[in-house]
Amino acid sequence: MREITYAEAIREAMSQRMRADEDVFIMGEDIGIYGGAFGVTNGMLEEFGPERVRITPISEAAISGCAVGAAMMGMRPILEIQFSDFVVIAMDNIVNQAAKMRYMFGGKTKVPAVVRLPSGSGLGFAAQHSQSLEAWMTHIPGLIVVQPSNPYDAKGLMISAIKNDNPVLFFEHKLLYNEKGEVPEEEFEVPIGVADVKREGTDITVVATGIMVNRSLEAAEQLEKEGISVEVIDPRTLVPLDEKTIIESVKKTNRALVVYEAVQRGGYGAEIASMIGESEAFDYLDAPVSRLGGVATPIPYNPKLERAAVPQVEDIIAKVKTIMNL
Amino acid sequence: MIQITAEDKLQMLYDMLLIRRFEEKVESLYQQGRIHGTMHLCIGQEATAVGACFPLTKEDKITSTHRGHGHSIAKGTGVKGMMAELLGKETGYCKGKGGSMHIADLDVGNLGANGIVAAGLPIATGAALASKMKNLGYVVVSFFGDGATNEGAFHEALNLASIWKLPVIFFCENNLYGMSGSIKEMVNIKHLSERAKAYGIPGVTIDGNDVIKVAETTAEAVERARRGEGPTLIEAETYRWRGHSRSDARKYRTREEEKYWRNEKDPIRLFKNRLLEEKILTEETYDEMEKKVQDEIEEAVTFAEKSKEPSLDSLTEDIYA
Ligand SMILES: Cc1ncc(C[n+]2csc(CCOP(=O)(O)OP(=O)(O)O)c2C)c(N)n1
Ligand SMILES: [Mg+2]
Repeated sequence: MREITYAEAIREAMSQRMRADEDVFIMGEDIGIYGGAFGVTNGMLEEFGPERVRITPISEAAISGCAVGAAMMGMRPILEIQFSDFVVIAMDNIVNQAAKMRYMFGGKTKVPAVVRLPSGSGLGFAAQHSQSLEAWMTHIPGLIVVQPSNPYDAKGLMISAIKNDNPVLFFEHKLLYNEKGEVPEEEFEVPIGVADVKREGTDITVVATGIMVNRSLEAAEQLEKEGISVEVIDPRTLVPLDEKTIIESVKKTNRALVVYEAVQRGGYGAEIASMIGESEAFDYLDAPVSRLGGVATPIPYNPKLERAAVPQVEDIIAKVKTIMNL
Repeated sequence: MIQITAEDKLQMLYDMLLIRRFEEKVESLYQQGRIHGTMHLCIGQEATAVGACFPLTKEDKITSTHRGHGHSIAKGTGVKGMMAELLGKETGYCKGKGGSMHIADLDVGNLGANGIVAAGLPIATGAALASKMKNLGYVVVSFFGDGATNEGAFHEALNLASIWKLPVIFFCENNLYGMSGSIKEMVNIKHLSERAKAYGIPGVTIDGNDVIKVAETTAEAVERARRGEGPTLIEAETYRWRGHSRSDARKYRTREEEKYWRNEKDPIRLFKNRLLEEKILTEETYDEMEKKVQDEIEEAVTFAEKSKEPSLDSLTEDIYA
């Protein structure tokens, strides 16, 4: 199969849906010839024109509300927030409006909008351009939250997100945009709410999200050399969460570690960990369920500090060994 | 009208040169991989920073933007600590934790660069409120770009500062573009200063590459603010010579347009020629000035390179007061 990057996969999904459905359009700052801050929309203006590739002023409050209104009236907007950190300015429209509208109106409307959110640290952009804020969104009933970790999932989840009738918060990772992987050319869906076992193992289940999937896979490979067999599960969708796949895995391995980049305290990994603890998997556990998340600090500029602020491969290896009592 | 002496003018030229050479240096360090992350250069816009800070005292405050090196230098923040910050060192203004987008130096009234477009305006408004409530007498200049005028924060801050008559000057550096968006396509008015009308405050558009014009206009707004008559919106027209940030192919504008601004509107060359004409400067004293600026920059680089990296323990320091 041909290989494309994570950025190309997202672009391909959006373009295919735009060709198939005239209600789908994209909106955002600098998404025209500039291609967005990370080049994800490169070439889309040329193909679809300015009516459907709408370059906006720097007005996150207006454009997010505009996405909600257009979605209520039958359009399927995809909004790019240039860095996920700026979503704070769009928060009223996402949290108080999009998420609750259907419920407040007794099921009389729907808001099929996708909000794309480039996230994460690792590029030296410092505290206001490097956050991982997905946990905030998972707390709000009415929102769907997805977080792809590779090009295949990125494309399949984007197709599903666009077709979904609810507001979908689509968390992308800046460090993944240039990562390549096999992706089918035709449209396909990765269903919302289905986790993926990225690697099978027997000693411990590592549930990882976003870029931590990749780091966990690297850690698993190294741990295998030391005789530890790690199963790596990528939920892919945080809300709704595929609890069953995770529980079944933990019942098999008897140990669980949840790895995520966001600040550990109050992060979504805590939700996954308590879900495991409250499930039937509890009786199978040989060790407490553990979390490995980011340090509770804003992301610093200095590269060494930035690296130390979020889990790295060696941290995952060390944590697994601790849990295994090695 | 504010008095600007020959000595003042030479200092202004010096500061503008210092900004430009500082940025040329950090640009080359970035290209060599010695500075990481991203940076937004204000080369070509030196007159707005220096002119607007000229009428300010050390007690007066500024809020700056992602494109903030010039504002910092003009307000008196030293290039040593700035260079160290860009190199991520412990001796940097933010102990290596902020980087280019967050340089702050409270000691000279620099309330910080900002990575969030338009975030500085409400903060400046609050700083002006504190000045008024505590009767401290300082004024605040809030720098922001043309693109920032489309954020709600711009409109809300102007209105609030207006109804409370706060001592703040809203200083827009209109360099014609946001990241790539041409301001002409992003607003439906001719001059951004027209927006002042909606909030009942004075608004003016000036040549932002004429440092004396910038200084005089800002001085007037500062006087008005000190008299308790409230804010002013100044729109200074200028141009950034470089791309938005390091990864910009500049497809949204023409090379001709860039050439015009470089050749006809270079704020430093224009001011230098003016001072030569006014016989305040000679080619000789200019060369000496250049040399002094170069030495200051080299000293900053040496200082930064010799400085230590922050310790890993510092990762969790300074989170809470
Ligand atoms: C709230 C917010 N939205 C978007 C961005 C991304 N961004 C950074 S600078 C910039 C352009 C700003 O344009 P302008 O205000 O004209 O300042 P200039 O870069 O021209 O100095 C954009 C869109 C941001 N940093 N913050
Ligand atoms: Mg601008």
